[in-house]
Amino acid sequence: MSSAPFRHCSFYWKGLIKINTLKVLAKSIREYKKASVLTPLLVTCEVIIECIIPFIIASLVNQIKAGCEMSVILKYGGIVFALAVLSLTFGAVAGFTCSTASCGLARNLRKDMFYSIQNYSFENIDKFMTSSLVTRMTTDITNIQNAYMMIIRLAIRAPLMLIFAFVMAFVMGGKMAWIFLFVVPVLGVGLVLVAYNAIPLFRKVFKKYDNLNSSIQENIKGMRVVKSFVREEHEQQKFGAAAQDVCADFTKAERIIAVNNPLMQFCLYTVMVFVLSFGSYTIITSRGMDLDVGQFSALLTYSFMMLNSLMMISMVFVMITMAGESGKRVVEVLSEKSTLANPENPVYEVPDGSIAFENVSFKYSKKAKKMALSNINLSIKSGETIGIIGGTGSSKSSLIQLISRLYDTTEGCVKVGGIDVRDYDIESLRNQVAVVLQKNILFSGTIKENLRWGNKEATDDELVAACRLACADEFITQFPDGYDTHIEQGGTNVSGGQKQRLCIARALLKKPKILILDDSTSAVDTKTDASIRRAMREYIPETTKIIIAQRTASVEDADRIIVMDKGSINAVGTHEELLAGNEIYAEIYTSQNKEAASK
Amino acid sequence: MKKNTAKKGTIARLLKMMFGFYPVLLPLTLLCIVFSATVSSIPAIFMQNIIAIIEQSWQSGDWNAVGGEIIKFVLILVVFYVLSLIAGFAWNQMMAIITQGTLKKMREKMFCRMQTLPIKYFDTHNHGDIMSHYTNDINTLRQMISQSLPQLMISGITVMTIFSIMIYYCGWLTMVVVAGVIIMTLIIKKVGGGSAKFFFRQQTALGEVEGFVEEIMNGQKVVKVFCHEEDSKADFDRLNDKLFYESEKANKYANTLGPVLNNIGNVLYVIVAICGGALLISGVDNLSLSGYPIGISIVVPFLNMTKQFTGNINQVSHQVNAIVMGLAGTQRIFDLLDQEPETDNGYVTLVNAKEENGIISECSERTGLWAWKHPHTAEGNITYTKLCGDVRLAEVDFEYVEGKRILNDVSLYAKPGQKVAFVGATGAGKTTITNLLNRFYDIADGKIRYDGININKIRKSDLRRSMGIVLQDTNLFTGTVMDNIRYGKLDATDEECIAAAKLAGADDFITRLPEGYDTELTENGANLSQGQRQLLSIARAAVADPPVMILDEATSSIDTRTEAIVQRGMDALMKGRTVFVIAHRLSTVKNSDVIIVLDHGTIIERGNHEELLAQKGQYYQLYTGAFELE
Repeated sequence: MSSAPFRHCSFYWKGLIKINTLKVLAKSIREYKKASVLTPLLVTCEVIIECIIPFIIASLVNQIKAGCEMSVILKYGGIVFALAVLSLTFGAVAGFTCSTASCGLARNLRKDMFYSIQNYSFENIDKFMTSSLVTRMTTDITNIQNAYMMIIRLAIRAPLMLIFAFVMAFVMGGKMAWIFLFVVPVLGVGLVLVAYNAIPLFRKVFKKYDNLNSSIQENIKGMRVVKSFVREEHEQQKFGAAAQDVCADFTKAERIIAVNNPLMQFCLYTVMVFVLSFGSYTIITSRGMDLDVGQFSALLTYSFMMLNSLMMISMVFVMITMAGESGKRVVEVLSEKSTLANPENPVYEVPDGSIAFENVSFKYSKKAKKMALSNINLSIKSGETIGIIGGTGSSKSSLIQLISRLYDTTEGCVKVGGIDVRDYDIESLRNQVAVVLQKNILFSGTIKENLRWGNKEATDDELVAACRLACADEFITQFPDGYDTHIEQGGTNVSGGQKQRLCIARALLKKPKILILDDSTSAVDTKTDASIRRAMREYIPETTKIIIAQRTASVEDADRIIVMDKGSINAVGTHEELLAGNEIYAEIYTSQNKEAASK
Repeated sequence: MKKNTAKKGTIARLLKMMFGFYPVLLPLTLLCIVFSATVSSIPAIFMQNIIAIIEQSWQSGDWNAVGGEIIKFVLILVVFYVLSLIAGFAWNQMMAIITQGTLKKMREKMFCRMQTLPIKYFDTHNHGDIMSHYTNDINTLRQMISQSLPQLMISGITVMTIFSIMIYYCGWLTMVVVAGVIIMTLIIKKVGGGSAKFFFRQQTALGEVEGFVEEIMNGQKVVKVFCHEEDSKADFDRLNDKLFYESEKANKYANTLGPVLNNIGNVLYVIVAICGGALLISGVDNLSLSGYPIGISIVVPFLNMTKQFTGNINQVSHQVNAIVMGLAGTQRIFDLLDQEPETDNGYVTLVNAKEENGIISECSERTGLWAWKHPHTAEGNITYTKLCGDVRLAEVDFEYVEGKRILNDVSLYAKPGQKVAFVGATGAGKTTITNLLNRFYDIADGKIRYDGININKIRKSDLRRSMGIVLQDTNLFTGTVMDNIRYGKLDATDEECIAAAKLAGADDFITRLPEGYDTELTENGANLSQGQRQLLSIARAAVADPPVMILDEATSSIDTRTEAIVQRGMDALMKGRTVFVIAHRLSTVKNSDVIIVLDHGTIIERGNHEELLAQKGQYYQLYTGAFELE
């Protein structure tokens, strides 16, 4: 089920990346292998017939010229007609299989990418931007699909056509065909030169083009800023300069490509002139022995075919190079290996809700210089309620993300229920350790559907019970459609506080042994906040609860409060202890309760 | 929903526009195309002549007798070819210039028009949709201009030339060819139409996949936390399969068209051969303009012409999709260009001023003192009013959509230097008021006066220049940190920018960035935290040094402890200015001169912090946490 794994990456060897790219992409062909192989075969048949037809027509022309019977013409006609039907059938079927193969490859690639992303760890997710992932799954895949279609159809058709036409020209025209030995290399070299010069230019300009587009995007998003600073003209000037730059480069590249057409014409004309003059000379001097009129016209047809196929080859060449960039971007996603893997003999049972941090240090990426967490030692008993408080950037979220193994520690280990989190089956662990993330998200669908993310089998009664606990039931029932109310993408049609309560309910439905709320009640009013905490204390006393909060009020009644500062634990204690003995806590408390303090 | 149909006259308008861009180059290019196409289809005549000569004398084997004639024709042919080549090279080059130039000018036109559009346009249109004008639509236009249009012209001319030559030689055979071409056209219409239909469906399916992927990718971490991977895979597969189905259909149609037309061409070729043979044998009188009798010298070139004829029709068929898409894209571009720009009838302008003996007069240099220049047409004189930042709203009503009243009879005043705060639930109308102050939207009823002048009389750019605004959604631009601060005042020196950053409390984190003030920001400052972005946008407003400032949730992402530190800078920033503050966090608004509590577009309470607490009304409940904001 999983996507194409990337066995041997050779990033050191730049030349190999391309082959690897193709290898990884090719793994997604799978069930479309048949269509992919069939297409070139069918195309081959089509091309052969297409090349035979002028041959037969040449004889026909000679027959007509010789003043043959009508029956002979009809016989030839019948043959050509039959061949045309055959060629049409092959061509049409090839068209079908080719669509199936290329669209199928695109489908599998999209699927593989999506599946692969689903297997990403948080660390992998951090690496890619959402918008870039979306483009990779749409535009880039479409490019690959088109290129693949070209490869299995044109890339076979064109060289084959070239070879057949070449051979036929020799068979028909004898020494006349030597002209092609001169023209074809000229055209070939010309086309290669064009592509060689144009491709790097295109690459360069595409980067600039991306920048231009991203600056447009900035403007659309920031129009309020542009307008309120009255910077319309400034932006227009900036844009004008960038657009001019892109335009100049694009024009340069396009002008190089535009040489293709006349070059092709030049070769065609050369052949024409040569064939016409020498052809007629040969016919006349040999009295039609070395060359006859029929062969003469067939020779012209073949020359046209040959040059046309060269043209196609050059087009395919350019297309493939362009798609190569897309391929690279897709492979980046496919070959990104999840940094978290299930252990070999995983533990499926989480015995209880106790947590222990043993000498834990953590940084987000190997390259990062600074540790996000350093030397954390902490032990939490099952059923305890823990509050965590600290300023922005004090690594509160980093700390709790290690518990459900959203990230792996850099040093030391985290134990849940006395067992190292790395020994658990990831899904089992995460089902017992529910996290309500700070940046929480509801998905488009009904409230019920969103809640059932926590537990697919949950009955309606269970949904209501969880929502009561999270104080969400009160407002859900106010909606005209109640639990069937449709939530818009990103949950834009409920308020911030309502969204947070729904997210808490969704997590509660998991019936976890550990529940972590990462600043999940910041938009909820203090009264509701308090009643949620009270409900949790009463109804799920065995569950270990960890509450990260900005407001001291949200953690005041916790069993213990952890004060985080710059990636380490500054103090642990009850509200009273900390208020008396911890500077940071006291400072936070006073900044929020000036009046209360002065009273 | 994307519009996929082009209105009538789109193509005419596009051509007119292109002629406007390139009044000399474009006609020249078209001329070259016509010339090149005509010239390159004429050789058929010479070829016919040469074959006729061979036909007559091949049995004699005497080259000397006819060689001169043949060489003469070949030389004429060479001349034509050379001319055609020159013209061909020229138009290909010129077309490359025209294509890219047109695209550039279109982009600029769109961008300039976009800058003049009212905020309403951006609020009511999907940003991705606006963006696609610059990407997808421009791309379809490129394809159409650079390939489809020349191809259409060339094929059209070639077909016409060949057709006349055909009629010239043999009417009977021409009829056969025409019959074949009619069949081909019908097939193009049928198959091409089917392919276009499925291509549009494919675009819709692609859009659905894109939307789904975007939603899931945005919530990927939530998916992981809930182990919801398998379910989202299943949902994705459904959409992906649909896309596969539609695109497979579309491509099947498109891919079949080529072989079908190609082979109809072959069959037509044979039919012409058969008919030619039949005519030869039967000895029917020729029906032609030339009056030549039917002979091998007519039938053989005719066969070649048939091939060329059908080949050109095949070429045109390849362009059908591109043209349909291109016209739809062009139409969408025109839709953007036709958007009504923001109107501005303001005539009161902001000028540099100096004050002597209490009399304010205009001056050219920057004095730090500003005045409103107010020409009175009735009296024919000009008055100058000092810019102070006195803002008054009187009985203002407003609605975004007709019938949905957002603000109701709102009256308030802010004296120069005062801090006015707006408090209320989401949708109470807080942000709306600030939108009205700088005329992003115009009020429905009532009056807003700025230093005693109705803001409708003030030129919008000057009105906005006199107000600084810091929004919750910070928008930074690609460039260095310094560039971003300088955005507030383009001629600010580095020192001024740094001073502004210090004032906003941003200097501290900026100097800790790898390159300090020269750190490049990309993608809206993705490398900064939301709080840091907010500090930067405060600095940006600070450097502009406007008398009026609007802070709309400007510090919402800065934690309370940091805010307390920034507060000093903020206080310094606000000093001497009229400030409108919207904040969710009440600690931010507490020290305001006036706090206005809004509910459903109506002011329900007003007063300073102590007064409002004493009233024990809505504000009191909010403050004590008994009530939920948002």
